[in-house]
Amino acid sequence: MAKGNGTFRIGTGAGFSADRLDPAVDLAKRGDLNVMVLECLGERTVAFAHRDRMADPRRGYNTLLERRMRALLPACCQAGAVIVTNMGAANPRAAAERTRDIARALGLSGLKVACIEGDDVSGRLGGNQPFMDEPGTLADIGLPVVGMNAYLGADAIIPALEAGANVVIGGRLADPSMFLAPLMHHYGWQISNLAALGAGTLVGHLMECGMQITGGYYADPGAKEVPDLAQCGYPIAEVATDGSAVITKLPGTGGCVNEATVKEQLLYEVHDPAAYLTPDVTADFSRVKLKDLGHDRVRVSDAGGRARPEKLKVTVGFDAGVLAEAGVSYAGPAAGARGRLAADIVGARLKETHKIKSPLRVDLIGVGSLFATAGKTRGDSEDVRLHVALRTTSRDEAELMLWEVESLLCCGPAGGGGYRGVIAPAVETKSVLIDRDLVKPTVEIFVT
Amino acid sequence: MTVHGHNERLLVRDIAHARAGDKGNTSNVNIWVYDPEDFELLKRTVTPERIKREFPKLIRGKVKRYVIEHLHGLNLVMSEALEGGVNASLNLDSHGKSWSYLILGLTLDASDNRAER
Repeated sequence: MAKGNGTFRIGTGAGFSADRLDPAVDLAKRGDLNVMVLECLGERTVAFAHRDRMADPRRGYNTLLERRMRALLPACCQAGAVIVTNMGAANPRAAAERTRDIARALGLSGLKVACIEGDDVSGRLGGNQPFMDEPGTLADIGLPVVGMNAYLGADAIIPALEAGANVVIGGRLADPSMFLAPLMHHYGWQISNLAALGAGTLVGHLMECGMQITGGYYADPGAKEVPDLAQCGYPIAEVATDGSAVITKLPGTGGCVNEATVKEQLLYEVHDPAAYLTPDVTADFSRVKLKDLGHDRVRVSDAGGRARPEKLKVTVGFDAGVLAEAGVSYAGPAAGARGRLAADIVGARLKETHKIKSPLRVDLIGVGSLFATAGKTRGDSEDVRLHVALRTTSRDEAELMLWEVESLLCCGPAGGGGYRGVIAPAVETKSVLIDRDLVKPTVEIFVT
Repeated sequence: MTVHGHNERLLVRDIAHARAGDKGNTSNVNIWVYDPEDFELLKRTVTPERIKREFPKLIRGKVKRYVIEHLHGLNLVMSEALEGGVNASLNLDSHGKSWSYLILGLTLDASDNRAER
């Protein structure tokens, strides 16, 4: 099953829920892959998916699943590459059934689509459950729970691979575990081989955000140049039997792989580099060695592993109402002063006239917004946008805020224009821990 | 490192690159020097004390710094640093993705070291 130079080749075809599709199709066709991983789930994404599923029981999986499967199934089948994905989100069964139907419609018969369930532990944890990393309990939130998902590890995915699945679809599969599981299955790494589990987890961690290791999220003109970022390629890991790997990308694609792109991803969303916790292992990235081989190839090795955490992490999602955002722009002389006046008016109207007490924030984009709390603002600007944000469980309050901002067009400072307003669903998420024996993953195979 | 005119203040961005990530209300920023010879300067510049001092209203919790000596990098882990975190924050950048440039925008104290030579 090893390809090319005798390594096991894993490609990433999505690094987040809304990631690009056409470079994934290119990778599926030309990558000579054993496995393509589509990582499409975050803590918030799964909470939003639960909201979707509650509105329509046939939904609750990644909204791009149909498009991705239509485009990738034929190429992956042709190449003999297995797809592993957490696009099932809050409804892996519906996602697997939909995938089966798409495969049939494409004329791909005899395909095995595995559905992994058991991550949804809703109802198994009470309100007195303490948070994993902060004071308080679930009951303190005071919002309706939409779903609870335990992070499943490689041990939940391997049975699907052993059953010969061509497509593996789950919900809250831990990101690096989707890469580690095929490696364990292919190389026969046992759960006791902690060094190999650490190495495979490093591969997964580096690969899970897609182009963030091939030049995406990296370019800084004048400091860090990236060739042809518009046509950036997804990454490939060529993994050896000991778990060391070369990170690279397809020839002819944009982007770059070098020591710097790998370093930035090495500690992305990592706290202690010596203790990266997954359901499978406590991985140690603190002594990782990197070697730039040139031609967009970087060798990574020397990750370590210690015993896995005793319990599993659970993401609990809550319905937090809506996030309302609205804005008006000011330009030209004294735009900053006019923007500030608009901000004062909106504050007075919402808090004093309408007595709104929900969290409200008013920014002046161009004078200071992202770094406003950090204390980095400018005195003036010739191009300023008032941006008002309100988080509320009351739809009426949200609509009132939009109305007040729009009313600035006639009732506010001179020269305001370009009103836009939008109300979007909001979620809250918290992390708790669950005993492993309360989580029982299952695999079901659908054959096309 | 980048060559600058005499009057231009040197920033961390002139010697290093960085990426920010979030977990709940905790932000981490990893920072790497381009040239290993600038690593001591980076370590002197980007200290937990400096971060707390520069951004007291934003970085409200503890700042822990991990040093990855052999790769010439730092990992700053800043708790209570995301205005409540991605779900609660009303900052346009509720993930704090741009916090990497908050750190890269710090000035270097380059009075007695290689950066001035």
